[in-house]
Amino acid sequence: MPASDPPLRLVDSEPDDPEPPDPGAEVAPGDDDDLLLDDFLRVDPWGRSERVRALARALYDPVYRYWLRAEWEGLEHVPLDGGALLVGNHGGAIPSDAPVVMHGIETELLRPVYGLAENLFRALPVIGTFWSRAGGVAAHPDNAYRLLHDDQQLVLVFPEGTKATGKLARDRYQLRRFGRGGFVEIAMRAGVPIVPLAIVGNEEAMPIVWKSARLAKLLHIPYFPVTANQFVYGPVLGYVVPLPAKFRIRVLPPITFAVEPGLPRYNRGVVMEEAERIRALIQSEVDDLLRTRRSVWRG
Amino acid sequence: MRVLVTGLGTFWGSRIAQRLEQRPDVELVVGVDTREPRLPLTRTEFVKADASYGILRRMVRATQVDTVLHTHLEVDSTTVAARRLHDVNVIGTMNLLAAAAGDGGSVRSVVLKTSTLVYGSNFDDPYFFRETTRRTRPPTTAVERSLLEVDALVADFAEDHPEISVTSLRFANVLGDDVTTVFSRMLRLPAVPEVFGFDPRLQFVHEDDVTRALEHAVVAGTTGTFNVAGPGTITWGEACRLVDRRRLAMPPLLTGSAATPMRLLRIVDIPPEVLRLLRYGRAVDTEAFVATGFAYGFTTPETVEAFARARRLERVVGPPPAYEYEREVEHFFRNSRAVVQPDA
Repeated sequence: MPASDPPLRLVDSEPDDPEPPDPGAEVAPGDDDDLLLDDFLRVDPWGRSERVRALARALYDPVYRYWLRAEWEGLEHVPLDGGALLVGNHGGAIPSDAPVVMHGIETELLRPVYGLAENLFRALPVIGTFWSRAGGVAAHPDNAYRLLHDDQQLVLVFPEGTKATGKLARDRYQLRRFGRGGFVEIAMRAGVPIVPLAIVGNEEAMPIVWKSARLAKLLHIPYFPVTANQFVYGPVLGYVVPLPAKFRIRVLPPITFAVEPGLPRYNRGVVMEEAERIRALIQSEVDDLLRTRRSVWRG
Repeated sequence: MRVLVTGLGTFWGSRIAQRLEQRPDVELVVGVDTREPRLPLTRTEFVKADASYGILRRMVRATQVDTVLHTHLEVDSTTVAARRLHDVNVIGTMNLLAAAAGDGGSVRSVVLKTSTLVYGSNFDDPYFFRETTRRTRPPTTAVERSLLEVDALVADFAEDHPEISVTSLRFANVLGDDVTTVFSRMLRLPAVPEVFGFDPRLQFVHEDDVTRALEHAVVAGTTGTFNVAGPGTITWGEACRLVDRRRLAMPPLLTGSAATPMRLLRIVDIPPEVLRLLRYGRAVDTEAFVATGFAYGFTTPETVEAFARARRLERVVGPPPAYEYEREVEHFFRNSRAVVQPDA
């Protein structure tokens, strides 16, 4: 974070948003309780509520600033307008990297970030609704394309998915396979750049000390972890509260592709090669950040 | 233009016939159904057939219609039994398409009114279905199965008869002043059912946009499959707020069992496909139909607001009187020499 933080502002107006503004604007608000509820109900076509985002930012700001002490390098590489796909390395049982990146970019650049995540979130009552209101979108290729191409938004994706968040602490910062390279193909089709993010701190914020494959299978979830946090905060809060690991995020220069946008399919070989190149690039930058890191907690 | 309308006894059949008969470029409107028309019609010829299938071929040949408008697809599974659903949707469409395809026939275009129910509603769905997007899970309800079968029949027909232009319009959930749907029934309740912890994105299309879309497909000569839904989305919570209704949460587990007593007590019948919508919602991409030159009168939020205004009026003055078809009266006004025809 730079020394003088800009005041927390709402990213309220999105000029690129093709949808009409909220329909209930002329309806007279009731008492304060109703007002809060109304704001929660008023959402964009992706289920995101700028009011809920603002509230989430206000609540998360102390965590971001004083607990995880996130620090950015190369933030100028994030474009100020137009669609772009932010691609980062993932880590931690319940990963803090997604909220940290979304929070950081939204408060620094005043641009909304849509975070792609496991479809499973949508199936969960209450949590799924909050997740969606706070900017989460199911990671379906059609959704990513529409956000990037039609709506020209910033989209955050972690191509490793749950393979990264479900790994044990001893495997920290060993980047997993970058899916099937779908994220590269979407960026090519949408004609937008990929902005790679190398992140450290996420793995130590909630390391997995042990996991049960049997319980995961029983509960139909990707992994069932026991986190180091549970030894500090107890069984429940240990899934919620991150350890105070120092976050560093290095934004790398945008990568553009010399291909024609809008094609239904792209050469698999090229796609896989690009995906692997980006993975290797992020891995080497993560390694570099780790090389200069003197303490997990102090950075 | 000579148009055959199936399902004249349905709300939509009557509505679209009413619109078509006002157009000077539509020479003839002839409607067929087992039930009587729901709205007063001035020059639409109505044929009441006991089992409307057998007569279709003869009617197409006799009237030399060039356009067949198929509005008789059941999409509300609360009003029809599962077996009849299959009969009406699949067997009815099959017979109609067979009649339209008669060798050396006069039919040049077929327009169908179907539903976005063909996409289903699941947690791993894309947020906006395009016409070409396939559903993520196989159908589980009778109405969805039958509509998918109709889809397949229509696709085969279009392939076998390249000389006939085939248009399927997939409509989102309809709201309006006059039409009754599962959603309008739910939104009329003192407390509107919801599934606890879910607030899905939904789309609605206004009843006037439905008839206008069908008319557009008939007269503008579109070809292909199109989604028709008010642009934009609305959450179920926001929709309830717009109609000034509180919500009543059903449990997220065993939601179907919670819906059963409501059906048995005749409060409201929420079919399984709508329960899924209350959980995961559904929205479709509406660009393709707009690209054919259609302009929506109402976005999705405007559709709900229009519905809310109509409900407020209805609460004061009561529902509008229902029309009742009287054969002798109709016959008199159309055919009696005693009636002075305005343009004769």
